[in-house]
Amino acid sequence: MPQYKVQLLNILVKKKKVHTHTHTHTHTHTGECVSECGGWIHQQYFSVVWLGLNVFLFVHAFLTFEKSDKYYYTRELIGSSLAWARASARCLNFNSLLILLPVCRNLLSFLRGKALCQGQLDHNLTFHKLVAYMICLHTVIHIVAHLFNFERYRRSCKADDDSLAFTLSTLYPHEKGSPWLNPFPSSDMTAEHLTFTSIAGLTGVIITLALILMVTSATEFIRWCYFEVFWYAHHLFVIYFIGLVIHGIGGIVRGQTEDSMKEHPHSKCAEEYKDWGEHCRRPRFEGLPADSWKWVLAPVILYIFERLIRFYRSRQKVVITKAILHPSRVLELQMNKSDFRMEVGQYIFVNCPSVSFWEWHPFTLTSAPEEPFFSIHIRAAGDWTESLIRACEQQNSPMPRLEVDGPFGTASEDVFQYEVAMLVGAGIGVTPFASILKSIWYKFRHADHTLKTKTIYFYWICRETGAFAWFNDLLASLEREMEECGKVGFLNYRLFLTGWDSNIAGHAALHFDKSTDVVTGLKQKTSFGRPKWDNEFSALAAAHPRSVVGVFLCGPQTLAKSLRRCCNHYSSLDPRKVRFYFNKENF
Amino acid sequence: MGQIEWAMWANEQALASGLILLTGGIVATAGQFVWWQFGAYSIVAGVFICLLEYPRGKRKKGSTMERWGQKYLTTVVKAFGPLTRNYYVRAILHLCLAVPAGVLLATILGTACLAIASGIYLLAAIRGEEWMPIEQKPKERLQVGATIKQPPSNPPPRPPAEVRKKQPEEEAAGPSGGPQVNPVPVTDEVV
Repeated sequence: MPQYKVQLLNILVKKKKVHTHTHTHTHTHTGECVSECGGWIHQQYFSVVWLGLNVFLFVHAFLTFEKSDKYYYTRELIGSSLAWARASARCLNFNSLLILLPVCRNLLSFLRGKALCQGQLDHNLTFHKLVAYMICLHTVIHIVAHLFNFERYRRSCKADDDSLAFTLSTLYPHEKGSPWLNPFPSSDMTAEHLTFTSIAGLTGVIITLALILMVTSATEFIRWCYFEVFWYAHHLFVIYFIGLVIHGIGGIVRGQTEDSMKEHPHSKCAEEYKDWGEHCRRPRFEGLPADSWKWVLAPVILYIFERLIRFYRSRQKVVITKAILHPSRVLELQMNKSDFRMEVGQYIFVNCPSVSFWEWHPFTLTSAPEEPFFSIHIRAAGDWTESLIRACEQQNSPMPRLEVDGPFGTASEDVFQYEVAMLVGAGIGVTPFASILKSIWYKFRHADHTLKTKTIYFYWICRETGAFAWFNDLLASLEREMEECGKVGFLNYRLFLTGWDSNIAGHAALHFDKSTDVVTGLKQKTSFGRPKWDNEFSALAAAHPRSVVGVFLCGPQTLAKSLRRCCNHYSSLDPRKVRFYFNKENF
Repeated sequence: MGQIEWAMWANEQALASGLILLTGGIVATAGQFVWWQFGAYSIVAGVFICLLEYPRGKRKKGSTMERWGQKYLTTVVKAFGPLTRNYYVRAILHLCLAVPAGVLLATILGTACLAIASGIYLLAAIRGEEWMPIEQKPKERLQVGATIKQPPSNPPPRPPAEVRKKQPEEEAAGPSGGPQVNPVPVTDEVV
């Protein structure tokens, strides 16, 4: 079996594409696509259900606190801000429950299984972010409502002596177990003082700060460029959950007790507040019990399981069968692990305890499933990767121990289902195609019946020449093998250099007649600039007038738009003629 | 974590703090809380901080994602020279701005966040980082016509005859911005 010696790489260190882009299965057709579960539709449906649940919980809690008798006197002091605070608290509990679930990647993989469609379970990170935004929104509502609550409580302490508010606020001294209503013992205490001396206030401030730090370190920019900051700061979620559970323990939100409501119905007694003690007993109040733990206990346990599973999987021995250091500080690692089964387009998480005990970094797999090993290409682009490469290139010491978790991600098996496949990889997005091309070639050579592809058109769009060297050998090997098998037309590739300048162009012009390309050494010539998709599509439509063409892209959104437009434009309405189906997979 | 530019995170944190101060200030002022004047101060401080922090600085290595529309503010921020370039100044400035807002409960969260941002900026300053504006790169389109100022004084070196027959397609395609795969073969006109 040919070993694809890969030469350079301009590729992924941080699995940017996977973690930060949405996985969208945009199956624009209604026809015969294999994994037709309407992935996109499912995701929207799921989000709508989630939103609906949020609205329901909010409205339900709002009406409870706004209308119920238990909180009549509380509302007398603070008005509707009670209901706003409690409704948003309910939604915060709900979303805190949900937020841990999408990141339990091992459990989700297990649930997903082989037979299930990939649908919403793969949109985990999009959902995680959505829930996070909702938590932020409700945090704002909750805090603003409580700010008003505190202010109004405090004003009640300073109200006129003969007002209901004042009466309610001074019913009982603030002792342990005493049935007071207004958390402010006197008007001397400031809101800030109460905040920092009450459990609810203190934990509230702490968990909000934790949340803010988690959010600011999780912006796309920080995640892409300084992954470690994001990774470590995001572990503040531990503080968030602990604080959340403790937050309600103080029972600062008070309602009338059951017994008190029986002997002191507010409808009869409220107006006679000056005479309480005579006809109506004084009302007694109790705190709302903490109930956040009921919401988050199960997900926290699941998440602990998830981390244990990751730990267990990572303990399994990973053997590095080959480490190749390529020019431009790119390290290829070929590895073996028992029970490791991968599919095209998937990724793994790698940890190297000697470099950093806690950090796990994602990498796309660059090997085909048919190969006897799995491989990744690591480019030196940060502290962790630099250290790893340095550790691996030590001549005299053994290879560092590695831990691997995975594989995760969408298996892009659709790519084998089309008679004609048009694969477009832009820049760093070409990596999963390495795996795909190799796999297609293996299947083709072994006449695998699952492969329906007869012709492939591969477009690689990249900025600079350095990036080409990686694919050189791969494509050169493919070129050679195809010639040997006499199947020259199977793989057609076009390489586009978008970062050209007049020097490069002049050089190419001068060597125009050579049979191999000056940039890549391949028989196919490198083109300069961006592809003109209209020409490409029309040429393809002319060459395959009766075929179904699957178009696969791993690249930026703008490119997706152009390709989608071309697919729609060049697809014939006649089902017997050429049709283009666009699949944007973010591997 | 040697290669981290802390200033980038400090920038995100400070921008968030500005927004939080602004929100807290609005709540305190609109609700006419006690000492609401500090709320009014927080609104002003919040807006100022947002404007100052909106233009992202340039990373030392690699490309920087600009925030939408930040180039207008970049020119303003750049005009203050060392005051905005130096992160020690920013750290102290944020700390000073944060303190008055600490009086009110509504804005104390902003104070805490801004203090944290100030701390991260201090760390960045100690590590020698500086705010550099992201400049707009002048477009480098290959305008063959525009760059010809004078006719060349020497004849160009001539490649052998057989190469001369083929027109350099790439150079001609330059001004139009990309290669063209012509569906119909094109004959060259240059001899």
